[in-house]
Amino acid sequence: MIPEDVRKQLIQAHARGDYAPLLALIPYAALIGIECERQGDDLLFRLPANQDNIGNPLLPAIHGGVIAGFMELSAALYLLIFSESLSIPKIIDFSIDYLRAGHYRDTYAQCQLWRQGRRVTNVAITAWQGDRDSPIATARAHFKIEPHKPLK
Amino acid sequence: MSETALMAMAGRFLSALRHCQVLQMRVHHADAEGMTLILPWSEAIVGNPQTGAVHGGVLTTLMDTTCGMATLCVLPQFEVCPTLDLRIDYMHPAQPGKDIHGHAQCYRVTRDVIFTRGTAYQDDPAQPICQVVGTFMRLGQEARGGIRFGSGLKEGRA
Repeated sequence: MIPEDVRKQLIQAHARGDYAPLLALIPYAALIGIECERQGDDLLFRLPANQDNIGNPLLPAIHGGVIAGFMELSAALYLLIFSESLSIPKIIDFSIDYLRAGHYRDTYAQCQLWRQGRRVTNVAITAWQGDRDSPIATARAHFKIEPHKPLK
Repeated sequence: MSETALMAMAGRFLSALRHCQVLQMRVHHADAEGMTLILPWSEAIVGNPQTGAVHGGVLTTLMDTTCGMATLCVLPQFEVCPTLDLRIDYMHPAQPGKDIHGHAQCYRVTRDVIFTRGTAYQDDPAQPICQVVGTFMRLGQEARGGIRFGSGLKEGRA
C-alpha cells in the first residue's frame, strides 16, 4: 500500500505540476538526476547531462544501464501517477532495444500505457536526445499493480 | 588469455566506466567461462524507500555491464561491443544491505553478434534476483571510441 502521506504528495505534485518533492523520496531518482514535467495531459521525463552517468569514456556516451534505468523509472512514475494503483507498481520484466549511442547531453523519455489490466500493465517507453523522431532507445515493461477492488 | 591477465583487463575496463565507479562496482572473478562483478548495496541505489529494495535500473546497469564485459572472456582481442538489446526478468527484490553479484556468460559468438545471458543474486546463485539475456554487436577493433581504449587496456593505461 502507498502510505497516506505519500499519496497526498502524489496528488499535490500532479496538481501543481511540480514533481521534484515526489522524486526526492526515491534515492535512485536523485542518483541519476531524473526530472519530470507536465506536458498537457502527458508527462515528459528528462535526464540532464551528468558526468556521473557516463559509461563510454571515449565517445563519451551515457551508460546503457542508466538509459534503461531512466526509462524504467519514467514508466514507474508514469504508472504511479496515471494507473491509480493502490501500491507502488512492481516491475515484472523490462526489455530495451538500443538504437543509437546516448551522447553526453540531455535525454528525454515519454511513456505510452498500451494496456492496463486489473493486475498487470504494459508500458512502452521511448527515449531521445535532439530529435524525437530518432530515438536512442525504445523499451517496454510489465508492471504489477494493485487493483482498487479486491479480485474474486 | 590467462585468468590473471583477463582479471586485470576487466579491472581496468571497469575502472574506466564512470557510472560504474559511482556505483562502486568491482570485478569479483573472470575466466573463460564468464564474468562476475559485485555491486555493493548502498542507500543511493534504493528505488522503493518503503521496502529498501534496489531499483531495477541499477540491476540493469549491473547486468548490462556484466554481460558486456563477458565478451572480454571470449574474444581473442578487445573489441568494442555496444548493447543491441537487453531483456530482464525480475524474480524477487534484492534484500537491503547485501552485496549483489552479477554473473554473465556468452553462449554464442558469431562474426557480428554475441549472445549473452546472466543472473544477479545475493547469497545464493540458485535464487536469482533477476535473469538477463542480452545481445551485443561486434564493431571490431577499428571502431571509433574503441581502438585507443583497447590498446590502453592492454597496456594498462585506460
